[in-house]
Formats: sequence, structure tokens, C-alpha cells
Amino acid sequence: MIVIEVLAGGVRGGTAILYAALGETLAERAGIINLGTEGSMLAGALTAYAITAETGSPWAGVVTGALAGALLAAVHVFMVVARGANQLATGLVVLFLGGGLTAMFGAAYVGRSITPFRPYAIPLLSDIPGLGPVLFDHDPLVYLSYLLAPALWWLLFRSRWGLIVRGAGEHPAALSAYGHSPKLVRYLAVIGGGLLTGIGGAHLSTAYANAWFENMTTGRGFIAVALVIFAAWHPLRAVGGAYLFGAALALSPALQARGYGFNQFVLDALPYLVTIAALIVLGRRRINAAPEDLSRVFDLTPSR
Amino acid sequence: MLAKLRNLATVTAVAAAVTLLAACATNSSTATPAAAASGAPGTGGTKIGFIFVGPKDDYGYNQAAYEGSQAVAKAFPAMEVLTAENVPEDDNAARVMEGMIRKGAKIIFATSYGHKDPALKVAAAHPDVVVLQQGNIVDGAVPPNFGTYFGTVYEPVYLAGIVAGKTTKSNKLGYVYAFPISQTLDNINAFQLGAASVNPAAKTYVVNTSSWCDPAKQAEAAKSLLSQGVDVISQHQDCTATVIRATEAAGAYTVGYHADASSLAPKGWLTGSQWNWGPLYTKMTQKIMDGGFTGSPYNANFRVGLKTGDNPFVQSAYGPSVSEDAKKLATDAMARISKDGSPFLGPVTDQAGAVKIPAGTVPDYKTIESIDYFVTGVVGKIPSS
Repeated sequence: MIVIEVLAGGVRGGTAILYAALGETLAERAGIINLGTEGSMLAGALTAYAITAETGSPWAGVVTGALAGALLAAVHVFMVVARGANQLATGLVVLFLGGGLTAMFGAAYVGRSITPFRPYAIPLLSDIPGLGPVLFDHDPLVYLSYLLAPALWWLLFRSRWGLIVRGAGEHPAALSAYGHSPKLVRYLAVIGGGLLTGIGGAHLSTAYANAWFENMTTGRGFIAVALVIFAAWHPLRAVGGAYLFGAALALSPALQARGYGFNQFVLDALPYLVTIAALIVLGRRRINAAPEDLSRVFDLTPSR
Repeated sequence: MLAKLRNLATVTAVAAAVTLLAACATNSSTATPAAAASGAPGTGGTKIGFIFVGPKDDYGYNQAAYEGSQAVAKAFPAMEVLTAENVPEDDNAARVMEGMIRKGAKIIFATSYGHKDPALKVAAAHPDVVVLQQGNIVDGAVPPNFGTYFGTVYEPVYLAGIVAGKTTKSNKLGYVYAFPISQTLDNINAFQLGAASVNPAAKTYVVNTSSWCDPAKQAEAAKSLLSQGVDVISQHQDCTATVIRATEAAGAYTVGYHADASSLAPKGWLTGSQWNWGPLYTKMTQKIMDGGFTGSPYNANFRVGLKTGDNPFVQSAYGPSVSEDAKKLATDAMARISKDGSPFLGPVTDQAGAVKIPAGTVPDYKTIESIDYFVTGVVGKIPSS
């Protein structure tokens, strides 16, 4: 069934983007935009692959990959919060830093083989017609993301902790008045976001593609940043967006393997067209949903 | 004072004359290169440059070209071999080549198909440098310091197709490719023709990824093919590990491309096609350094195959699942092609059944490299704009 195949492919291919988008949501909710997401993803992808190759354990890979993503995010948040650097420019620097470092250190791992994450069909659930193969026949990192998205939503919108994070993104001055440090919150949120983004990269190399190649994220980190806006800084909406992008990617091979010919270039551009269309349709309303202090980044006024 | 002035005038005059002479010499050497061997394009350098579109250890095309460059380094210990990885197929390539020329390179190998335009540009700007381009083709007159070269890649692919056609149980073969360039179309067609020559029911399902190396897209392509019941997968990508590992994990068979990747598929490896650029690179370099490039066979669209020998593209070793029967069929086909055959020996028909190469005709390289259709038995359409 082509629909099931495309939807299952959407979940599989969208998961890396989902992790990155959740991480970026966390950072932006605290008032920091991190355009270096792609760099954190690459760092996560390479580190996870390398550590898996060295230790034989993909779980060790994911943990270290997450840390690598967090490390790059830490560079970003240090520059922005401690040194007052421009968020957009710093993010791009971090992006290229991640790309360059992973290309350099990754060369030795291009030819290495690993024991990757394997799909594990969840008993009973995977037997549900339609839903089963789409949702419950994947690798463990996909299942982890099922738990993570609602957890992040709950943390951000239902917990006291989330109130503080959102406070840092909306009214840092008010947060200070209540005795919290917006700077500390931002550090934690951006580094935490980097952790998640690193897991996204790790999924790409140790579960999905089962390989490391230079720049293997091919823009997925940027899609994640766009997705955050598309999802109005909401973790659960990001799930839909990420799977939509994944499904658009899965559509082309699914059609081709059945011998259908389509305009190839439209198919390849489809994921990006979908994102742009969503931004146009949802743009104004969603932009208004931006954390207030975050929108100051785009006014180029210094962050408080 | 006067003497000094006169001296100055003499010096100036001599300098002018020398410059003029030098200019004449340059002119005459380009006009009759054979006569002035020392000034022939490509001679007198201290370095040889190689540019690659991808990483030098990609288990694929670039690794093979890189290994070829190292064979050249070994063959000419007096020369320094410069290599540049990940050179994009645009003006950046021209810049990298210019940089190598500044460092003293007089011979440049631009090893990716899409490096042709920048390579031609650099060749035009530096008549004293020989630029060789791997895999593309120059229409019309070839500049005196330029050449394209390639092996007949489709010959070993045809042999691998025979093995695939003999091995498949579902009669569905898969082919993951990057772009519908003529080289790739030739490979896919040869693969299908080889398979159909021993198994008329075999069909080849194609999926393209629109990228020489996008592992995530490749993973999805392999998944789609495998879910359609395809049980042998081959590919034309720069990085091949993702598809091979996915195929092996699914218990299907792999036909390799670019390099012997049997270690990635110990169970399902059938055979493949792999590069051995060293001998050809070395021969071409020798010819250039001897000053005999211009007018030589290399100063053209140079192609080698089973018939001429020196094919840089050879068949990989067989894996454990290949039957003796299949091996014999492949060996017989190889003997046929080496004598006076071709994978594209007519009749060759396209997907609509129209005869493209008449029965009994052995098409020349040029014809084969301008094939722009899929043959009967390939399932899928060539992407169009």
C-alpha cells in the first residue's frame, strides 16, 4: 500500500527533523534563536556514528551524539548571552563550525561500519491495520520521540519549569523580578535544545541512513528551524510538520519504485514548497505567537 | 653618464627583444606542438593536480579516482600530486584548479562529470596546462590542451546484470541512481539488457535520488524498492554504503558499483563493477610529460573498453551466492564483447518497443554515450523538467 509506505517513510524520515525542531522550540521559547541547528545535527550524527563504531553500542553513540550537539549549542548561547553577539550571525558561525569540524574529524569514519539501531515492531500495536506499520514498526529512537514531544509540551505549558522558560522568552525583566535568572534559563534551554538536536543527527546516521558522510543532513537542520515557526513554537504541532516533510521526501521513491513518472524536480522541491506554503498561509497569525522577546532578534534591537 | 644611458638603452632593447622572442616562441609552440616538445602543454610542471567532487574515502567514485591519483604519485616520484576533495561542480572548481596551477601544476585531472565547464574554462586560460576531464564529452573541436577520458563502464555492468538476472527469484531488480545522465542511463540499460539476456522475465525498477550522496534519501529509495519485492539492488551513487547495508539487512542481493564493497554485504554480495584508474592515469600522464599530448588519442574524447584493453572499469570478484551457471554465462558474454560484440548489440528497443539500435549493429561509443532512453524491461520514467 503506497499510502502506508509513504506515511511510514514520513515518520522514519521526519524523526531527525522532529528532534531538531523540538530542540529549537525549547531554545526559542526561552528567547534564543539558534540557526546553528544544522551544525548541532551534524555534530550529533558524526559523534554518534563514531562512538557507535568504537564501542559497538548505538546507545552510547546517541548519548555522546546528544552531548556533541549540546556542546555546539553551548558555544552559541555563550556567545549570545555572555558576549552579547548577534543571534543570527552567531548561529550561522556555529553552523559552519559544525560543518567544518565534522567534515575534518568525520573523514576517518566514512568507510567504517557500525551496528545500527534496527527496527523493532512493537507486539500487538504493530498488528493494527494501517496504523501499526505506520507508527509501530520503527527503531527505538522513533519511539523515544513519541514520548518526547508530549513530554516537552507538558513541561513547557503545564509545569512551573515551563513557565520560567517561557518567561525568559517573553519578559525576561519580569522573570528577574521574581528572582530567576533569565540568563541561566537561556543557557539551560539552548543547551537542552542542542541535546535534542544532537539526537536528531544521531538518528540520521545510526538508525536511518546507517552511514556517515560529510554534510549528510543536507539542510534538514534549517527545515527544523522553519518548522518551529510553522508550528507556532508548539511541540505537538512540530510533530505534524516533521512527518509532513518526511512524507514528502518518501513520496518520490515510493512512486518511482512503482514505475510512475512525475516531474522529478517538483517532487524534489515538494518538501520545501510545502514548508513555504505553510509559512505563507500561517505566517501572520503564527508570527504573532512568537515569544515576545524573541521577536526583538528580528528587529535587530539588543536583547535585554 | 652617456655610457650609462646607452647601457640602459641596450638593456631595454635586449629585454624587449627577448620578450618578443619569447612571445614568438610561445606562439610557434602552440601552433606546432610536436616541433617544440619542451614547450608542449603539460610539460615542465612540478606538480599534478586532481580534483574530486566528493570525499576521497566514500567507498565509491571519488575513492577510486583518489586511489588512481596515488598510483600516479607512485609512478612519478619526482612529481608532487595535489588533491582536492569536495570540489563543487561550479566556478569553485575553476578556482581550485587555478590554485593548483599557481602552485606549479601543469597537468590537471578534473574527475567529476560536472567539472567539464570549469575545466574547459581553465584550459582556455592556460594553454600551457593540460586539463583532462573524466567522464563527460566535448562536442565539436577539442582544444589542444584538453581531453575527456572514460572507460566503458557499461560493459562490467552488463556482466553483473547477467549474474543478477540469473540470481533473482522475484524477477525484479532494483537500481538506485542520482541523475539521468547518459553514463547512468547506459549503466541501467546495460544492467537490464544483461539480465534479460539470460532471464527474459527480469525487469529493472529504477529510483533516482537527485543527489550524488544523500544517505537519507538512499535509505528511503532502498526501502521502497525492497517493499516492491525487488531482490537484487544495484546503484549509481557516489556514496554506496547506505543502500548496500539496507539491502543486506533485508536479505536481498547486492550488485556493487565503484568499489568492491563485499565486506558490507558478506551474504548478499553478487558481483559489481569497480574502478582501477591507476594504469590509465599513469599512461596519460607519461604521454603528457613526454610532450606528445596534443594530437594524441588522449587529446579527444578518449574511451577504452574490453576490446581495446586498459579499461579502468573491471568486474568485481563474485560473492558466495553466485551459481557456477551464472559465472559461466558472464564469462561467455565477456568473451563475446571482447571479440567484437557490445552490450548494446542490436536489436535494442526502448520502453515503447521502438527499435533504437537495429539488429546486428554494434554501436560506437559516441552513440552509446548519447542514449537518452530506457530500454525495454526497465520500469520507471526518466525524470523530466
